[in-house]
Formats: sequence, structure tokens, C-alpha cells
Amino acid sequence: MERIYLDHAATSPMHPDVVETMVPFMTEIFGNPSSIHFFGRQSRHAIDVARETVAKSIGAKENEIIFTSGGTEADNLALVGVAMANRQKGKHIITTAIEHHAVLHTCHYLEKQGFEVTYLPVDERGKISLEDFQRALRDDTILVSIMFGNNEVGVLQPIKEIGQMLKEHQAFFHTDAVQAYGLIPIDVNELHIDLLSVSAHKINGPKGVGFLYARETVKLIPRLYGGEQERKRRAGTENVAGIVGMAKAVEIARQTMNEKASMYRSFKEKMLGIFEQEGIPYIVNGDENNSLPHVLNVAFPGTNVESMLVNLDLAGIAASSGSACTAGSIDPSHVLVAMFGKESERIRSSVRFSFGLGNTEEQIEKAAYETVKIVRRLTNK
Amino acid sequence: MIYLDNSATTKPFPEVIDSFVTVATKYFGNPSSLHELGRQAERLLQQSREQIARLLHVKPNEIIFTSGGTEANNMAIKGIALQYKNRGKHIITTAIEHPSVSEPCKQLEELGFDVSYLPVNEKGFITIDDLMKTIRDDTILVSVMHVNNEVGSIQPIKEIGQLLKNYPKIVFHVDNVQGVSKVPLHLYEGRVDLCTMSAHKFHGLRGAGILYIREGIKLSPLLAGGEQEMKVRSGTENVAAIVAMTKALRMSLEMYEEKIHHLMKVKEAWIEQLSAIPDIQLNTPIDHSAPHIINFSLNGLKSEVFVHELAKHNIFVSTTSACSSKKKAPSKTLIAMGAEPKRAESAVRISLSFKNTIEEIPIAIDVMKNAIKKLQEVTR
Ligand SMILES: Cc1ncc(COP(=O)(O)O)c(C=O)c1O
Ligand SMILES: Cc1ncc(COP(=O)(O)O)c(C=O)c1O
Repeated sequence: MERIYLDHAATSPMHPDVVETMVPFMTEIFGNPSSIHFFGRQSRHAIDVARETVAKSIGAKENEIIFTSGGTEADNLALVGVAMANRQKGKHIITTAIEHHAVLHTCHYLEKQGFEVTYLPVDERGKISLEDFQRALRDDTILVSIMFGNNEVGVLQPIKEIGQMLKEHQAFFHTDAVQAYGLIPIDVNELHIDLLSVSAHKINGPKGVGFLYARETVKLIPRLYGGEQERKRRAGTENVAGIVGMAKAVEIARQTMNEKASMYRSFKEKMLGIFEQEGIPYIVNGDENNSLPHVLNVAFPGTNVESMLVNLDLAGIAASSGSACTAGSIDPSHVLVAMFGKESERIRSSVRFSFGLGNTEEQIEKAAYETVKIVRRLTNK
Repeated sequence: MIYLDNSATTKPFPEVIDSFVTVATKYFGNPSSLHELGRQAERLLQQSREQIARLLHVKPNEIIFTSGGTEANNMAIKGIALQYKNRGKHIITTAIEHPSVSEPCKQLEELGFDVSYLPVNEKGFITIDDLMKTIRDDTILVSVMHVNNEVGSIQPIKEIGQLLKNYPKIVFHVDNVQGVSKVPLHLYEGRVDLCTMSAHKFHGLRGAGILYIREGIKLSPLLAGGEQEMKVRSGTENVAAIVAMTKALRMSLEMYEEKIHHLMKVKEAWIEQLSAIPDIQLNTPIDHSAPHIINFSLNGLKSEVFVHELAKHNIFVSTTSACSSKKKAPSKTLIAMGAEPKRAESAVRISLSFKNTIEEIPIAIDVMKNAIKKLQEVTR
């Protein structure tokens, strides 16, 4: 049976060129970048080049890039780091109800440390309102963390407008761009973003590596102390192979961004077209016109998400109920709850399809028809 | 090439790289995903956890995967401090810890914790007596490294564990990054509660490490998020690097069985031949030191220049620990051992792996002698 992987938002396969780029940094150029001898210097050089590639991809300076062990660490470093370093200026933080748990749980931790956090609500399409944001913003707000594109329903937030509104405000602006980066062009200066999180394994890079962009002017307390790596902002022997692999993934993503974005959008249309044509009941969650190209979240009224996923899996199709992390638990997605309320049937009947490297139009068609069959079977129609 | 910098990082075993590539390309699923690819990844993760637990003679649920030694040390020290701060705010560690232990301790001092740094004697050892005298009613954590990364002295972990059996409320953390597969450490017998390990020091890959957390010990997580790793370490698991680390640990422990005597012989030969050079002062203690680390001083000559001179001949050694080797700071461990500044500033470390040979020694020694001569001429 051909397996069709439609869960690229959970994690994505490494691009073959990424693997190829990494191998020499494990076999030959294995030195510790802090070592002053040749092996060390070669590794150091590789990191410098990678940093340049990554910085350029978002219009940042090289010294504004901090390599981390992934998106979760980048989010934690951004939030705790900024909160702790700026608490003299205030203790108020603004975020949204639909952030990834790497942000939400970190906010809960900060609340325990005496910070006050406002969780902005979202509308039925998953978007925050700028009026709500304006109202929540206070003189003692020190940090605003609003995700670029949501990992479960794909909705894009008004990042540009928020950046604009914060231009004259003391609060630093962080965005979790783990899902958006690589498919949506991002320039941190144009958008007035102060901090931005990225994870390599979502863009066909390796797991266990990511980066945090932190503008030069951002005051940040590290989370990991020890050696003086990453300009003392993140200790730990650098994962050179991982960093080099991520940089390669970044390069590939930059070159293929437009082409991929339009391909994934056409996949969405294809899928929805087949649902429409076959006449099964479905509702798209989120906002089709304002969304990440690769994420499609659909409710199938009358079905139950767990049976949907099990049946899809049996048919060789890997999809998910939301973020991989919450998927492990049976709890309904906090994102869908924020959009539709606890009582809505949609929170129990929604499936996320997410597209990426290796998916073809034929696969999408096949997956759509299989989905139709399963929905019919489960709803007895 | 003669690579003598295995304490900074080791060359990954080819089989380890193969495992990494296979898992990264074929089993790339997210272990939290419910579908087949996710379940495969979850199985690999679980198998790794079980195998590592077997190798370390502990339980699978006591193994937490991290991004490396630095994260594991930070997590252990700050995690325990925050978890038990209501019990007390006193922490005991040593003057010769790696920065990934001592820096978090300094951070905790800023947050109102009281940290005692046990001194070491001229051979690089703490004494049980000093530890006993330092323990207070409000001590919540004792953190002592097993093998020192600069001079290789082995601390009396088992004796510390024995002593701490009388203090059930004190959590005992051991940084074993340098000891894994070189100096055996029994976690249960040593009454160790937390233990740090790092894959790239035993021929695994960077980006993976282990924090052993004894069943029943709670700590406040360093990374919040998706609640992976039994809720104490969030972040998508680096499955391929973890599987590769498991293989590296198994192979390294097998090598220990086969080759530890070889390694000890190589070290002895090194010490013998180094001691015959008049301008070299040996810093590594002869007894109770790890089989792979030899530290010596160049009688005041500039150690960085020496390192570069050797590198020209494809011989790789280091000044002090890699992390601080960019600064020209004297060796912290040697200073703590009471070495005069001149000696501490001219320290050089050789660190071996099981693959180093006796045959390499005379070749390297020749180059070293010439380098010393050259340096002396420049200084004169
Ligand atoms: C939006 C978002 N933020 C953060 C993360 C966490 O990243 P990582 O898996 O690299 O820790 C994820 C993915 O799990 C995500 O989708
Ligand atoms: C004794 C000791 N502890 C901790 C570390 C840090 O480990 P890592 O390089 O995996 O962050 C090292 C090595 O740098 C070390 O030698």
C-alpha cells in the first residue's frame, strides 16, 4: 500500500540534499567549534556561514540569530528570556488563546512567576481582533507574543499591523513562525518583529535544531548557562551538523517558496473540490483566504475525529487531529475550542491535512477520495 | 592525523552515522503523531529508552532525552532548585565543575540561593570530610562531577552517595559527561538521583544527551510546551540522534570491556614519555584519574601557540576545556588545585579514545619537543 503522508505540519521528511550536506559534518568535520585547532575552526566557519544564510532569509543581522535545539526552546527562550530581563519595566504580557503549547505553557509558567498574561480570544475564523489587541495593550506591557500562522487551522494573524502598533511601544514583539517560515516571505524589519522562532524539522531540515531571531536591542536572559557559545545567549556545544542541515533547508525553502505555496494551495482546492463534487458534508475551519498554504483543517459533521484518523491510517493516509503534541491526548484542541466554543460539534469532528515535500496531485486526489469513502461509511450515507 | 581532543568532542562511529541517516530518512515521523509513521518513531524512541536503561542498569522511565550535556545540567540544577526551594535554598557543588554546572549555580545565587563550592586538594579531589561539614539543614542539592574534564580526576561518587544516604531529602546530581564508557559509575549503588550524559563525548552525535532522573524525584521543567519526555522536557524528540546515541552508548560500553586495558596502557605510556621531557609538569593525578585525560603544563610557555604548532603537524590537543579555550583564561581546575598562575596558564590537555595507539606517542612526543624548543627560542 502506498502511504500518503499529509502531516507535514507535525514534522516533515528531510530533503535529500539536507542529509547529504550534514554527513560530512559528522564524518570528517566533527570538531568542537570552540576548539582552537583546525577541526574546531572548520566547524566554526561552517556555523558562521549557516548563520549568514539564516539571517539573510529574514533580513536580520548575523549576530541576531541564536541557534537552539528547536522551536520549543526558541519559544521558551524568547518568552522567559525577555520577561525575566525586562521585569523592571512591567509585568504584563499579551498572547493569544491559540498559540502552540510551547508558548502557552511557558506563559502559564510566567504567570506562576508573578507575570500577568492576557490571552486574546479569536473569532470563528481563528483571527484575533486588532481592537482587542489595542485594548489589551498597557503601559506596563513588556512582551507581545502572537504566532504568525497557526499550526492547527493555518490562520494567519495580522502581524504587520501589530508590528506597526508596537513601533512606539516598549513591548517587544515575538512571533512563533515555526509553521509560516519557509512558505511565507518574512522580513523582520518590514514587519517590526523583535523576536521570531523557527524549527528546522518543519521545513525539511533535521529535528533537534531551530533558531531564535532576537533583534540587537532586545534584552534577553539565557535559559541555558555554561560555555560561552551563541554570544553567551545559549550555552552548549553547537550541533554543527544540525545547524548546517537547517541552513541547507533554509536555502531550499527560499528557492522553492513560491512554487510550493501555490502547489499546496492547489492541493487544498483539489481536495475541497472532490469533497464538494462527491457531496459529503464538510466545513473548512479557519479562513481559506488568509491561511498558511500547507494547512487544511476540515470538519466532517457526523463523524468522530478518532475514527476518522484510524480509518485514514488504515487506508495509508497520515493526517492528524491538530498539533502532534495535543494529538497524543484525547483532549479537544484548544485552538478549535477557542474558535467554536466547548460545545461545538466541530471540535470533535475535525481533521488536519498538511502538505509538503513529496506530495503529488495524484496522492491528494487519492487521499480525498479515500476520505470521502470513510466519511460516507462513518455517517452511513 | 593524531586526534587527542576527545574530551572536547569525539568522532562519531560510522555505524552511528548510518543509524542516524536511516532513522532520519525512513522513520521521520513525529513520535506524538497517532498514525503509523508516528507510531514507528515512538517505538524507536521507546526501544532506545529501554536499551539505554538496560545499559545503565536503571529503569526506562528514569531516562530523559535532552539536547545535550549543557541542557541536562541546567535542567537538573535549576529544576531541583525551583522544585524544592520551599525546603531550603542551599546548594553544594565543587570549585572544579564544568561551566554548565557552575554558571547555573551562579544564576541561582542571583535568585537568592546560597551555593557552597567545595575546594579540591592539590591533586584535584574534594574530601568527604569537607562535604560533611558543608551540609546544612537547608541543603537541597549536591552536585559533584564524576570525571573532571580538565585534569581527569575522579571524584568519590560512591562515598558521597553513602554519606548522602543519611540525608534522604538532599538530591544528588552527578555530571558524568566525561565518565561515560571510560570510568564505570553505578547509579543505584552510588545513590545518584540525577546524572548527566552527552552523546558527542562517546562517539554519538551532537544534539542529544541524557538526564537520568531517579524514579520519585521531581523537577521543575526547563522547557515548557508539548509535554514530551514524561512532561519534564518539551520539544519534538530528536529521534534519529537519540537512536544514534543509543548505538554509540552500546558500542562504547562494549569497547570499554574489550579495550580498557589498552587505553590504560596508552595513558601510562603517555605519562611516562611526557614525564621524561624536562619542561613539562604533569597536572593529572596518577591515582584516581580517568584513563583518557592527561593534563600537563609547559612551564610558563604559551599553550595556545603550542596547540597551533602541533596542529600544523596534524596533532590535535587542546588548552583547557573547549568551551573556555577561546579566552586566554587560566585553567579553573588548576587554579582550584592551587597551581600558580604561570602553571595554570600554560596547561595542555590530551584526551584519548579507545582508538588511540601506543605507536602514535613517539611521533607526537617528537613534535611536542620541537614545539617546546621553538617556543623557548621565541620567548628567550
Ligand atoms: C507553531 C509551533 N510552534 C512551536 C512548535 C515546536 O517546535 P519543536 O517541535 O521544534 O520543538 C511547533 C511544532 O511542534 C509548532 O507547530
Ligand atoms: C564535564 C562536562 N559537563 C558538561 C559538558 C557539556 O556538554 P555538551 O557539550 O553536550 O553541552 C561538557 C562538555 O562540554 C563537559 O566536559
